[in-house]
Amino acid sequence: MPGKVVTITSGKGGVGKTTATANLGAALAAEGKKVVCIDADIGLRNLDVVLGLENRIVYDLVDLIEGRCRSRQALIRDKRLPELFLIPAAQTRDKSAVSPSDMTRLCDDLRGEFDWILIDSPAGIERGFRNAIAPTDIAVVITNPEVAAVRDADRIIGLIEAEEKGPARLLINRIKPGMVKRGEMLSPDDVLELLAVELIGMVPEDEVVITSTNRGTPVVLDGKSKAGQAFRNIAKRLQGEKIPFLPLEEESGFFGKISKLIRTGGN
Amino acid sequence: MSGFFEQLFHRDTSAYQAKERMKLVLINDRINMSSSALDNLKTEIIGVISRHVEIDQDAVRIEMKQDGRQQRLIADIPLKSSRRKSVG
Repeated sequence: MPGKVVTITSGKGGVGKTTATANLGAALAAEGKKVVCIDADIGLRNLDVVLGLENRIVYDLVDLIEGRCRSRQALIRDKRLPELFLIPAAQTRDKSAVSPSDMTRLCDDLRGEFDWILIDSPAGIERGFRNAIAPTDIAVVITNPEVAAVRDADRIIGLIEAEEKGPARLLINRIKPGMVKRGEMLSPDDVLELLAVELIGMVPEDEVVITSTNRGTPVVLDGKSKAGQAFRNIAKRLQGEKIPFLPLEEESGFFGKISKLIRTGGN
Repeated sequence: MSGFFEQLFHRDTSAYQAKERMKLVLINDRINMSSSALDNLKTEIIGVISRHVEIDQDAVRIEMKQDGRQQRLIADIPLKSSRRKSVG
């Protein structure tokens, strides 16, 4: 069966596209699937550092598209997961170096060899975004439960539908269950009602994401992390498995437990 | 706590305000029309209809509603039955 192309996009920057791409790629590869992650954010390369592969880059996406290397040479194998590969973005070029048809051609070549092709889209709605969604089979839109991210996600969902790449699947990232409970943050239900698309996953805010990214290790490889568990579940849903959504629990830790005690004592 | 007070509290939360604001913003974004342009549209609709029939101005309701990812302009315009203007 030819590989499937998943594009991870958001409109707004900083909502977690690169982290999600790295972790979904790692989760699929940990299940034994052959995966390539493509960093389509030309000029602002980052997926390499999130995956901890920054020291291995020789050729990049633009080299590959312009024929300066073969795909074998541009594919960087992950240190921990032998089935996970990265095609890094070019750092010194601009977005116009790649066209949507270039991306489609590249992905069609990769489909034969890989089970999953994950594209990390740049923020924005310009060329880089068009490149990233041109070859897509499944468009995953990431948002955070906050107004600017939700508004941009709505624009992106509209563009994905207009390009007939829908239906978009929504990933709500960086949820703080305690704030949701206190009415201080949009709940996943609120966001879903506003955007009216199918949910693929909810990822709680988790400090382990920061520390594991510091080390260049995907958080899905941490068995205890809640965010890691959420990303592993999303990887299963991408493969068509019916996995129930994790209930959102309040942040644990010393202060979380104390405030929980105080609150339950008050009732 | 009674449901009434809970609801009052709920309406006061920042999450509730965020949701209500976003409902309007997303509608305007999706139809690419500002809220003042939408107001103009409503005024014109009322104007056109009242040229033909007499309507109950105070009870008119014209709203943009979200239906999935589609927007619907819903107009509920009660007509005054007794006196009907002659047209033409």
